[in-house]
Amino acid sequence: MKYTVMINEGPYQHQSSDTALQFVRAALEKGHEIFRVFFYHDGVNNGTRLSVPPADDRLLQKEWSELGIKHGLDLVICIAAAQRRGLMDESEAKRQGLDADNIIEGFRISGLGQLIEGGIQSDRTIVFGD
Amino acid sequence: MSSKKFMFVNRKAPYGTVYALESLEVVLISAAFDQDVSLAFIDDGVYQITNGQDTTGIGQKNFSKAYKALGDYDISKLYVEKESLAERGLTQDDLMDLVWEDEDDDWAEKSSIILVSREEMAAVMAEQEVTLSF
Repeated sequence: MKYTVMINEGPYQHQSSDTALQFVRAALEKGHEIFRVFFYHDGVNNGTRLSVPPADDRLLQKEWSELGIKHGLDLVICIAAAQRRGLMDESEAKRQGLDADNIIEGFRISGLGQLIEGGIQSDRTIVFGD
Repeated sequence: MSSKKFMFVNRKAPYGTVYALESLEVVLISAAFDQDVSLAFIDDGVYQITNGQDTTGIGQKNFSKAYKALGDYDISKLYVEKESLAERGLTQDDLMDLVWEDEDDDWAEKSSIILVSREEMAAVMAEQEVTLSF
């Protein structure tokens, strides 16, 4: 089955990123296709490369990044939500005249249309949120 | 592109968290994709479409007028749960007059608000192909 996954909460603050990560791993193991993972609301914070949790804790952003690269996942951060919360890739930071970017490898920033398209193209759309 | 039944479920008050505002942003984008879109308002989500919202005291943008534009985007099915209204002491009179124009009926202005019971809401949700919850 082909899935689009939406994640609406930030890492650590809320369980939804962990649960979604476990769901995506399990779905891939079972041979399902992940069409897209879309990060919205505070969920965009799953795409920062500047998180430094305590050494004995998981590093969720890195886990997403590595899973995405390994399986060629389309990890999309909503641009409108990202701009509100200070998530930038290099070209967006340049466009906004900002002095830094912070997106982790394996993610890309794009528009809300990507979420709707995911819903249209996938057999199931699953929301992980509060 | 094929057309699917999309439902956006609004469960939270319009202010206090950003969910309602960012949900509306998704709804407006969805209009560009020519899908069969409906909205559900349940729990505190019913406050999103109440009359007379005034945000001057909290320093935030009052975005309630944007719901009035939904009809112009061909989004004309706003399911509002009766129990959620009643639990909060609200009636349809407390809701904004949200309308759409029916081109098959000489552009007659019709209400977009469809009051449904909790049970009817469950049936409408069961018909959907994509349900996004905010």
